[in-house]
Amino acid sequence: MSERLSVFKTYKLYVGGKFPRSESGRVYEVTDAKGKWLANAPLSSRKDARDAVVAARKAFGGWSGATAYNRGQILYRVAEMLEGRREQYVAEVAGAEGLSKSKAAAQVDAAIDRWVWYAGWTDKIAQVTGGGNPVAGPYFNLSSPEPTGVVAVLAPQDSSFLGLVSVVAPVIATGNTAVVVASERHPLPALSLGEVLATSDLPGGVVNILSGRTAEIAAPLAAHQDVNAIDLAGAGEELAKELETAAADNLKRVLRPQPVDGADWSATPGTERMTAFLETKTVWHPTGALGASGSSY
Amino acid sequence: MAPVFEYAPAPESRAVVDIAPSYGLFIDGEFAEAADGKVFKTVSPSTEEVLSEVAEAGEADVDRAVGAARKAFEKWSALPGAERAKYLFRIARIIQERSRELAVLETLDNGKPIRETRDADLPLVAAHFFYYAGWADKLDHAGYGANPRPLGVAGQVIPWNFPLLMLAWKIAPALATGNTVVLKPAETTPLSALFFADICRQAGLPKGVVNIVTGDGRAGAALIAHPDVNKVAFTGSTAVGKEIARTVAGTRKKLTLELGGKGANIVFDDAPIDQAVEGIVSGIFFNQGQVCCAGSRLLVQESVHDELLDSLKRRLGTLRLGDPLDKNTDIGAINSAEQLARITALADQGEAEGAERWSPACELPSSGYWFAPTLFTNVTQAHTVARDEIFGPVLSVLTFRTPDEAVAKANNTPYGLSAGIWTEKGSRILSVANKLRAGVIWSNTFNKFDPTSPFGGYKESGFGREGGRHGLEAYLDV
Repeated sequence: MSERLSVFKTYKLYVGGKFPRSESGRVYEVTDAKGKWLANAPLSSRKDARDAVVAARKAFGGWSGATAYNRGQILYRVAEMLEGRREQYVAEVAGAEGLSKSKAAAQVDAAIDRWVWYAGWTDKIAQVTGGGNPVAGPYFNLSSPEPTGVVAVLAPQDSSFLGLVSVVAPVIATGNTAVVVASERHPLPALSLGEVLATSDLPGGVVNILSGRTAEIAAPLAAHQDVNAIDLAGAGEELAKELETAAADNLKRVLRPQPVDGADWSATPGTERMTAFLETKTVWHPTGALGASGSSY
Repeated sequence: MAPVFEYAPAPESRAVVDIAPSYGLFIDGEFAEAADGKVFKTVSPSTEEVLSEVAEAGEADVDRAVGAARKAFEKWSALPGAERAKYLFRIARIIQERSRELAVLETLDNGKPIRETRDADLPLVAAHFFYYAGWADKLDHAGYGANPRPLGVAGQVIPWNFPLLMLAWKIAPALATGNTVVLKPAETTPLSALFFADICRQAGLPKGVVNIVTGDGRAGAALIAHPDVNKVAFTGSTAVGKEIARTVAGTRKKLTLELGGKGANIVFDDAPIDQAVEGIVSGIFFNQGQVCCAGSRLLVQESVHDELLDSLKRRLGTLRLGDPLDKNTDIGAINSAEQLARITALADQGEAEGAERWSPACELPSSGYWFAPTLFTNVTQAHTVARDEIFGPVLSVLTFRTPDEAVAKANNTPYGLSAGIWTEKGSRILSVANKLRAGVIWSNTFNKFDPTSPFGGYKESGFGREGGRHGLEAYLDV
């Protein structure tokens, strides 16, 4: 009996909750660590980047306005969906990064756990970073964190899945929407993540995933007037400087590449990747006064 | 309308402040001339009288100041927090003791009314140092992890609208967290920073912990670009803020920016009109409107537009413009000829674009830089006076019908610093405040400040917060 011929997957972008090909019609060859062909991934264009920003902006009102509890449930749902497709991601990560099956499994497990970790943060971060301020006057003064808006995320180049999840989850946990540029050489786990997000009740447009040349896609994102922030995790030193310079044009919040990039994505993250994309809003309300004659109790 | 009362002049005495004919740069605990001997004059905007001659720092001087701050950093950052705190408490107390002197000085150099420097600027300056003094030995509890570390040398560039208050916002948190600083005050208002140097001397602050370099934009640029500066903090225009962001791109310098604004002050039809009028006046005419968080766009619900405008115009007719040292003065001088020219040009443009201009009958003094309180009505969102930050006593009035429209118009700006909401309905305050994209929102009040309350913008109004626990982050390696 001849061996069954397997069915290949056509890897597509994930934009606005849909799975388009690049509008440019371009693809590029993705290979495994040994150079063996894995797939043709979409080679995204500037236009794809702009379309993704439009989708992310459109999704921002609903996602930032959702209750923190609801966002937490959806992030947890992402973990549930990933758990069910664990074997697929282990295979993809092993292929992409040239890892043994057990090492790839450790990466995938940590990535799933990371979604759970951030799911729990959605309704706690405001209590940790916000609060009342004891101003010297008859005012109730409250500071609360709010999401910055549309965040461009350059995913780490080496850690194709754990690194990716580690930069995307904190951005959306707090209510931002994201345009994610997948690892240039290992885009397949990222593109597959779109399939999980699409079935996790995450509204379309909250996360948009593009594959292609990082520098080509990142340049229009860094210069885009409707992008509020950029995470440069996946940019090398020279590109990071170029993008940070372009980002100054509308004063994007910039998270520079951290020195630990590529080193240890498995450590428990702090809150920095969330707070980097939060604004603090402070509201003053007059309290009035009942006067000294009021009850002491 | 006839003037309500004739007021006799009630000037605050100048005798309380002794301005020297010249000042040097304050570097490593000593006043020194600029390396190339350059100086510039600082004038009183209300009279154009020359107050003093001040050293103009060049690159060499900035380099020397950064070197002094670097040298002082090791010991200062290693000092127990409780000791740093006591220095800051000393400074806060000395500011309180010398507050009348500093208020008069600030009014002379800046042109703002003594009522403001005496009742707002100086009390807030002292309070800011007092507040951050208390943090210096409690940083472990600030929510930034155990033993958060300072960054090193902070390069700080501040504007002329609240010279001493902006200095306090910059220096107090920097020192509390263990950094040392080089501060460049604005070219037109260098004096209070130089008096602050004397306060550092009186407080016994170790040499080099605070360095003051006076000069123009070139000194500021040299400071920001200096390779041995670890932290850049800037308050000023959005255009310069963007330039600074480009300068620090690709470095490890931590950056916080507090920039321009075009704040919306939203008045709903159920607002207490008299209170709202007071809030509108304080929102745009406080400090001659030279305030980044000014409520420079008045958004009025259509149904109360005429009533509100009548009250507002009546109120503006009672504002007293004139000698800033007079205790009855509401509106002082514009800070500089350059700023006056900018305000004048933008107001003229508003008129040319078809908005309707109105000012109360108001006699302007013959010398100095003055601009009458000005309203623009029939303003649309496309008008320059509704879009550009004027940084002067000019209010643009727009209307809306529904809360959604108010929010959409309020957010229709690249800025996002402040906003005001006037309504008696609590749930409307909360829902509108929730939708406004601005860092500071005042409901049924305006232009309130407090050292415990974080201040800073969304979008192109900058990033980072000053004040409160949040203000520590800008100076910590976290």
